[in-house]
Amino acid sequence: MQISPIREPLIHGGKTMHDVSEDICRQVEAKPSKGWMAGFAVSLAILSIGSISVGALLWDGIGVWGLNKTVGWAWDITNFVWWVGIGHAGTLISAVLLLFRQKWRMSINRAAEAMTIFAVICALMFPGLHMGRLWLGFYWALPLPNTFGSLWVNFNSPLLWDVFAISTYFTVSLVFWYVGLIPDFATIRDRAKGKVSRAIYGGLAMGWMGGAKDWSRYESVSLILAGLATPLVLSVHTIVSMDFATSIIPGWHTTIFPPYFVAGAIFSGFAMVLTLMLVTRKLFKLEDYITIQHIELMNIVIIVTGSIVGIAYITEFFIAWYSGVPGEQYAFINRATGPYWWAYATMMTANVISPQLFWIKKIRTSLVSTFVISIIVNIGMWFERFVIVVTSIHRDYLPSSWAMFYPTKHDVGVYLFSIGFFLTAYLLFSKYFPVINMAEVKSILKSDGEKIK
Amino acid sequence: MAVGKNYLVGVFEDPDVVLDSIKSVRENGVKIHEVFSPHAIHGIDDYLGYKQSRLPIASFFYGLIGCSLALFTIYWMLGFDWPMIIGGKDFVSLPPFIPVTFEFTVLLAAHGMVLTFFIVSDLKPWAKPPVFDERCTDDKYIMAIDLGENKKSKEEINKMLSDSGASEVNEKNFK
Repeated sequence: MQISPIREPLIHGGKTMHDVSEDICRQVEAKPSKGWMAGFAVSLAILSIGSISVGALLWDGIGVWGLNKTVGWAWDITNFVWWVGIGHAGTLISAVLLLFRQKWRMSINRAAEAMTIFAVICALMFPGLHMGRLWLGFYWALPLPNTFGSLWVNFNSPLLWDVFAISTYFTVSLVFWYVGLIPDFATIRDRAKGKVSRAIYGGLAMGWMGGAKDWSRYESVSLILAGLATPLVLSVHTIVSMDFATSIIPGWHTTIFPPYFVAGAIFSGFAMVLTLMLVTRKLFKLEDYITIQHIELMNIVIIVTGSIVGIAYITEFFIAWYSGVPGEQYAFINRATGPYWWAYATMMTANVISPQLFWIKKIRTSLVSTFVISIIVNIGMWFERFVIVVTSIHRDYLPSSWAMFYPTKHDVGVYLFSIGFFLTAYLLFSKYFPVINMAEVKSILKSDGEKIK
Repeated sequence: MAVGKNYLVGVFEDPDVVLDSIKSVRENGVKIHEVFSPHAIHGIDDYLGYKQSRLPIASFFYGLIGCSLALFTIYWMLGFDWPMIIGGKDFVSLPPFIPVTFEFTVLLAAHGMVLTFFIVSDLKPWAKPPVFDERCTDDKYIMAIDLGENKKSKEEINKMLSDSGASEVNEKNFK
């Protein structure tokens, strides 16, 4: 093992293995910083404001939303797809980049996987809450024996595929994340001084000591989990897209949806990873681990997936014209020039034009512009889902029933609730769990650190 | 893991030195109890003579169970127990059953494998494994040799470890 003379080191600052333990465990062991406390207070505030709307939703029913007879699906499904999409980047980083042996994943995979888990919980909130009676969700959605005869759930329905896809995705991601955390929990356990922290992290570490036999099994498990998670993540967003694509609504009924949604998911997910990593890096002083090179590489993924999304938008439009179906053609003309033209324009600008700025090296290696563009992409991808959902149905088959969708305060409130939950959970994770995979970073110090120990 | 009483514990600073040391110690006919490291060391299985883990094979079979269980259940539910015409299709039409079957296959393959991993490696909350040197989760590589399992004297093994690059050699006795 030698340092490559050509490649940039992935870990800066001439770190030794002990430095890695120190740097990552520091914020776990120290008292929360002022910046963290401020962020946590804001997140909790957003969460509590949102919970009022969740209460109203559960008490009064989905009538509190701005839905009407024509637009029966709006913010709820938009938020659901947006959050699921965000989740995909974590799996892409930890599983797909593991299969491709990309070592730069090691500084960001832990936080990205945490983001996946919290984003999927946020996504699950929406189908859960919209049922009104959460506790009946299991009964309605799972094939359990029931008193209707047993009348089983409909396995032909993409909504049921969603139930299986998202729940499998959530639990498999959780397990993948946890298995990766075990060796790092052991490190924290062995450094812990207090009785309580030793007991907590000792419980989480499950008696890991790092024996060669255990490492060998751990590596096999990680590789197979990555191999399983890769088709899984592709299937999840494929199935989410089929919620629309298997219907016969003009604007939804297209075969391009699965690959287009998957690319969009990775695109928006990477944007969210960048938003979070730039803040985490600053808050916990991880500049030596998450370097400009890491950020540049993520920005390159954004260019690639952003361009795929752009081509998908254009292809969709072309196919609508080429199909010769007037309903299909009208759906797309209406999207771009109808009353929701501003949403379409926002989506086009944010998702197709803004990532192209990353072709300029100065922009893709600057922290400020990366942060700004990552936020723009997040907004743009929310609008993409809004455009697909609402503009396809607000002018349906009978002009007499054409309508507009106006969100109520509870539409906004439930969305805020999910954002508040996401931020709160991520901040708790980043304070109490190791945000960088110490064991993996240690394994590349000799080949990709700045000096040989 | 059965624990002997008296161990000699070699502490190393570098993964490559450990690998060389494992080689020379084993060539001298000494049996190594286990090597502990803060990160996975590639190729250490071959040096220690460990066979490749069979967890991937286990995972395959868990997946196979998941796949057949899901297909069988869906066929039985929609095809035989309560047949219903949905979208004018046959009661039993394979393509729409594939997504759930795939997800269930992955579900069992992943969770079955991880549970098996926890069981064979004896990982459970608050497990108390024998600790040879706590620094092995930070930055040291630890080689534990069970003196009860080896015929060579303590001094001989001690010298062997120091000569092959151990920065310190400690004794560890369990009651």
